Amino acid sequence: MAKSAFMRWFHRFGSLPYFYGVSVPIARALAVPGVLLAAWGVFAGLVLAPADYQQGDAFRIIYIHVPSAWLSMFGYTSMAVAGVVALVWRLKLAEIYIVAAAPIGASFTFLALATGSIWGKPMWGTWWVWDARLTSELILLFLYLGVIALHNAIESPRTAARACALLSVVGVINVPIIHYSVEWWNTLHQGPTITRFDRPAMDLDMLWPLLSAALGFTLIFGWLTLWGMRVQLLWRERRSRWVGRMLENSR
Amino acid sequence: MTRTRRRRLLLVSGLFVGLAAAVALALTAFSENLLYFYQPSEIAAGKVPTDTRFRIGGLVEENSVERNNDDLVVRFTLSDCEASVPVRFKGTLPDLFREGQGIVAYGQLEPGGDFVADEVLAKHDENYMSPDVAEAMQNDQGVSCMPTNMQAQR
Repeated sequence: MAKSAFMRWFHRFGSLPYFYGVSVPIARALAVPGVLLAAWGVFAGLVLAPADYQQGDAFRIIYIHVPSAWLSMFGYTSMAVAGVVALVWRLKLAEIYIVAAAPIGASFTFLALATGSIWGKPMWGTWWVWDARLTSELILLFLYLGVIALHNAIESPRTAARACALLSVVGVINVPIIHYSVEWWNTLHQGPTITRFDRPAMDLDMLWPLLSAALGFTLIFGWLTLWGMRVQLLWRERRSRWVGRMLENSR
Repeated sequence: MTRTRRRRLLLVSGLFVGLAAAVALALTAFSENLLYFYQPSEIAAGKVPTDTRFRIGGLVEENSVERNNDDLVVRFTLSDCEASVPVRFKGTLPDLFREGQGIVAYGQLEPGGDFVADEVLAKHDENYMSPDVAEAMQNDQGVSCMPTNMQAQR
């Protein structure tokens, strides 16, 4: 049956030594296309794409800003999914995912806020406004920092993981608020360019590099998170026999 | 799924649904305060408190910008297709300020009906294109009356 095959895969993947072994080829499979796509996207965006009719070259910061903003939301949503798995199935791998993904998601959130601010000064005329989009994205940064702080504040790894999982699940309410803030309220931030019902409001020469950069950065996010998970896993299982044996062999 | 897991799943989803409902209620209650700016038609309809400072957003009307040569005072009309408000501003305007551009001004309504702004921010729309495509589109169709983002709220 399909379901039982899935559950078997689920449990096998949940086995920590198995995951530790397969994480290397998976990370490599993410890293190579990720770096290539991101590099091409950023290069094509900064050099090949035409300048914008109103903003000139200043619009090019979009090739960092939009992938970062997308990953800030994608990262937190994935942490919430892992949070449900961690809370309901008590899967250690899901607990480790949250801890590993939080600092990387926080970094992308910071990048999104910083690049937006740098763009805002010349285009809007201000570094920062308290409109719904900017404020909810700032709250997302605080949620990420909250997950990181919770994890560091609680001694027992299992209790810490449960607290982090709960904050991830609860905090994900903010993600649709960020996404729809520009439609629900009058904001200074412009509306969505790509995720619209009709065609994206962007020239294709500008759009392709952006999509390539976004996909590339997403793969890089997965790659970095996998390495973070390996570190977390080794630390948490440092007293277990399989880690001891592995370190023994690698000596 | 075992019974404990089902119970945990119910607990987690119950918590999530409860919290989401609370947030939705709070946002609905405060949604007036979450508006970054009001529109000229809302001012004309008397929905805006005129005794305090507030933000107003709209398009700079074509051929309405007047500059003084001896000081930095700029006058222009801000419109949202239904109503328009005359605005007076003294200071530096953002790069994107031009006629037909969406902007947000912060200031106070004078008894005479003029809006005196001490801050003007440009509101960029979600369209990105190269200059030649923009030119082709201008010939195709006129400039839209409002950026779509401003049309949504009514």
